[in-house]
Amino acid sequence: MPEQHTTPQNSSVLVEIKDLRTYFFLAEGVVRAVDGVNLTVNRGVTMGIVGESGCGKSITAYSILRLVSPPGKIVGGDIFFYKVPKDGSSSQAEVINLAKVDPNGETIRNIRGNYISIVFQEPMTAMSPVRTVGQQIMEAIILHQKVDKKTAREMTIDILARVRMSNPERVVDEYPFQLSGGMRQRAVIAMALSCRPQLLIADEPTTALDVTTEAQILKLMRELQEELGMGIMYITHNLGVIAEMAQEVAVMYLGRVVEKTDVKELFFHPLHPYTQALLTSIPQLRDALTRQEKSRLNVIKGMVPDPYARLKGCPFHPRCPVMISGVCDEVEVPEIEAAPGHMVRCHLYTSH
Amino acid sequence: MVNYILMRLLRMIPQVLIISVLAFIIIQLPPGDFLTERLNRLRASGYTVDEAEVQRLTKMYGLDKPMHLQYLKWITNIVTKGDFGYSFVFSKPVNEIIGSRMGMTFFIAFLAFVVCWSFAIPVGILVAVKQYSVVDYFFTFLGFIGLAVPGFLLALVLMYVSYSWFGLKVGGLFSQEFQTAPWSWARFVDFLKHIWLPVIILAIGGTANLIRTLRATMLDELRKQYVTVARAKGLSEFKVLMLYPVRIAINPIVSTFGWLLVWFFSGGTVVEIVLNLDTAGPVLWRALMNQDMYTAGAYIVIIGTLTALGSLISDLMLAALDPRIRFGGLEVS
Repeated sequence: MPEQHTTPQNSSVLVEIKDLRTYFFLAEGVVRAVDGVNLTVNRGVTMGIVGESGCGKSITAYSILRLVSPPGKIVGGDIFFYKVPKDGSSSQAEVINLAKVDPNGETIRNIRGNYISIVFQEPMTAMSPVRTVGQQIMEAIILHQKVDKKTAREMTIDILARVRMSNPERVVDEYPFQLSGGMRQRAVIAMALSCRPQLLIADEPTTALDVTTEAQILKLMRELQEELGMGIMYITHNLGVIAEMAQEVAVMYLGRVVEKTDVKELFFHPLHPYTQALLTSIPQLRDALTRQEKSRLNVIKGMVPDPYARLKGCPFHPRCPVMISGVCDEVEVPEIEAAPGHMVRCHLYTSH
Repeated sequence: MVNYILMRLLRMIPQVLIISVLAFIIIQLPPGDFLTERLNRLRASGYTVDEAEVQRLTKMYGLDKPMHLQYLKWITNIVTKGDFGYSFVFSKPVNEIIGSRMGMTFFIAFLAFVVCWSFAIPVGILVAVKQYSVVDYFFTFLGFIGLAVPGFLLALVLMYVSYSWFGLKVGGLFSQEFQTAPWSWARFVDFLKHIWLPVIILAIGGTANLIRTLRATMLDELRKQYVTVARAKGLSEFKVLMLYPVRIAINPIVSTFGWLLVWFFSGGTVVEIVLNLDTAGPVLWRALMNQDMYTAGAYIVIIGTLTALGSLISDLMLAALDPRIRFGGLEVS
């Protein structure tokens, strides 16, 4: 049974993640892929999640939909989903703790593809090559909207047209390998949006595409968000895309959110040394051209530590330029509200 | 699709012709022929052989003519009259020997095939989904035994076990009293009592093989992104498996359908000899041992044609299953 949540219900909150821990139990040791993440996604708002590869951003997203399969396991925390019935029978949200439901059960299957959808990184492998685009989209429509095949087909053509697919009547009967990468990602987005979800998780949806196509897809997602009023959780390592898409941003490092604020604040007043380092390691086209000598790009020193190791104190301390000896490598860092709406997890802003 | 089928059918004609030429060459390869073999044996046992009689037989079978003419005569008879020639060993037309055994052989091969697929496919899927579980280890162990133990040994062991423990006589296809009786319900039941053992023995090797193949391809497919995507749509786990990874992992199974049937048809010779079955295998073996060229030739041609036909069926099923083959194939329009 979905667990009832006691905090006062804020109608704009869509998903509230509290102290989420998703670990992978491998023969070599335990990988704490997500290690105490706190995050809130609001309705109609895009929350960007940035971080290096392996920081746990995708696993956080997978955990919401309970798509983490063994040896991965959610070992702690809560994921509250505020489910407002789609039929308009009630404006009161039902609160479901997704971290506690059966990952193969009825509850989560009714939410997947229906209330919460996901678009993955690789459009090339997101669809089965042996079934038509239409078959793969219709499936979700028939499942969640209880319509017959003919209606589902019409709805599929309609949603394909909505993602600006040229010739949707033809594409519906085509196989994924007959479409280009950009068109395929449009089809995948159409599939995710086919049941008008309240939350769309986009896991680096444009990483595999060229920049022109990327710009089109980003524009499309913004338009569709306006149309459908859904919340978006946009996962990327590309800060340029974040600036383009997100209103709120969470920066992740080694399974934790280290800084969380609105997008302007993040770009103009980054507080965490990791965020600051990330921002200075973006190549600037103009700088590179105007500078006489080719200068090297700023890099964050060191490497992401061994995933099996568990670091004491702040996980960023071995790479941090302003590390406070005896504090950062010893004391666990709490989340601090450094400014209104600006959360940071760094000892520079604590009284140690 | 129609074009594709037509093209494949047309391609089969030269295939089968080449098979027949090869079959003819193979059966002619050992030195001597049936007659010289027979004469040697007669002389060895002290008979005097009438030269005139030898001349007559040689002429009758055209053994004095060059090989290509012998081949032409042989293949013309097969194609125009469906006549596979005369068996020297059995002293009967080849058609008669084959005709009586072919049906039975086919029936056993077909049953073995049904047992094989209906067991291997669900188990193969199960062990892939439950990789490294007790079920997986159990069937992996069983599978390797199935692959490693030769069929005839299994036949001997099972015969021994069923006779000494359960008092069942399992050799042959019928009990003594039904051997030559006309078909009746009682004869059919008796037949079923005998047939399960060869069917299982024939099916075991192929089943073990298929389980391993399906497990491997399923494991590849299960890791693919589209499986997670399907799950993220809210489909039940069973539907996710059937509509996505299984649809693709089944390809190598379907593409080996052609050989599997032939393998069941011809692969059981030693098993059939051990079990004393009136099927095609033992006859082929006897024919080859005695240089009974027309009988052996007929078998090789039939098996070759079956292989070609099996591959055709495999290809057609694959084309129906996988659009990548359909669109990449001969069909251009």
